[in-house]
Amino acid sequence: MTFINYASREINCKIVYYGPGLCGKTTNLQFIYEKTNPNAKGKLISLATETDRTLFFDFLPLELGNVRGFKTRFHLYTVPGQVFYDASRKLILKGVDGVIFVADSQRERMDANVESLRNLELNLKVQGYEIRSLPYVLQLNKRDLPSALPVEEMKAKLGLNNEPVLEAIAASDEGIGVFDTLKAVAKLVLQDLTKTT
Amino acid sequence: MATADVVMYDEEFNQIKTILSKLRTDANARLVFLVDKNGQQIAAHGNIDNLDTTSLASLTAGNVAATDALAKLIGEKEFSVLFHEGEKDNIHISIVGLRVILVVIFDERSSLGLVRLRVKKAAVELNGVFDSIMQKVEAEKSSGGSFESPFAEITDEDIDSLFSE
Repeated sequence: MTFINYASREINCKIVYYGPGLCGKTTNLQFIYEKTNPNAKGKLISLATETDRTLFFDFLPLELGNVRGFKTRFHLYTVPGQVFYDASRKLILKGVDGVIFVADSQRERMDANVESLRNLELNLKVQGYEIRSLPYVLQLNKRDLPSALPVEEMKAKLGLNNEPVLEAIAASDEGIGVFDTLKAVAKLVLQDLTKTT
Repeated sequence: MATADVVMYDEEFNQIKTILSKLRTDANARLVFLVDKNGQQIAAHGNIDNLDTTSLASLTAGNVAATDALAKLIGEKEFSVLFHEGEKDNIHISIVGLRVILVVIFDERSSLGLVRLRVKKAAVELNGVFDSIMQKVEAEKSSGGSFESPFAEITDEDIDSLFSE
């Protein structure tokens, strides 16, 4: 549910990072926060446990610049990945404009990826969304790990229908793939606006 | 898209600002602001210089969403008012017309009773404004989409330029 404010000429979009526990959602956000010009970002808020596991959500507001005279703001949220926080995950998907699914490339996390993706589909349905018609991007994270599955194999298991698939190493110094993923979903969200309005 | 986009026009925006400004004066509050249920700030009035209102908006919405879910768990429709009491400042959060969140921050110069009273009145007025916004959006839609979106002709170049830095 994009919020278009004609009075202040602003457009606000909500992007949610989804995925299984420890797949790197918060790491994506932290990298974006570190690398963004201070004028373009707000505070990074993390509601986390004492052991730095996300408890409710992380939140980062980003100002990207102007499109057709409108200031575009992206509000980035992560969900808590751990299975038992499902009630909180549902809440964060409210009013979402675009979803990034961060998959953990390690072979031993494949089942967790599949379960989390199913959970995403279900929770979107509860909010009245259909995952296949929503701006949606798949990020394959942790490509540098030795047990990383081949991209084609991951696509076959997690791919929905021709969504952009990006490889990433969010924890690397260069944050490989992090901005490309954000850009891919932002593009889909803005393109979506041309269709729905 | 599952729900209609929220659209804010100049006319209603000014009405909202007037209502918030009056509420701030009447309730003797430090700050009054309005957030939608997804955490987007709609308008604010008062001393916001040293305050991170974007974070305030998103946390308020998260707070309301969590409380809402709690209410449903115990079989309530909603908790329409949340109140947080601090040493100096207090936050009064209320849900207006099931769709927006009205937040009032006040200190010892005011009181909970006064805030509640004034919020009730302002809520009725705000409800009226949001009704008229929804009617407008519906009318535009049913009149065959004469609604002119500034994004209808957005191009790939427009989008790429956002990331050019």
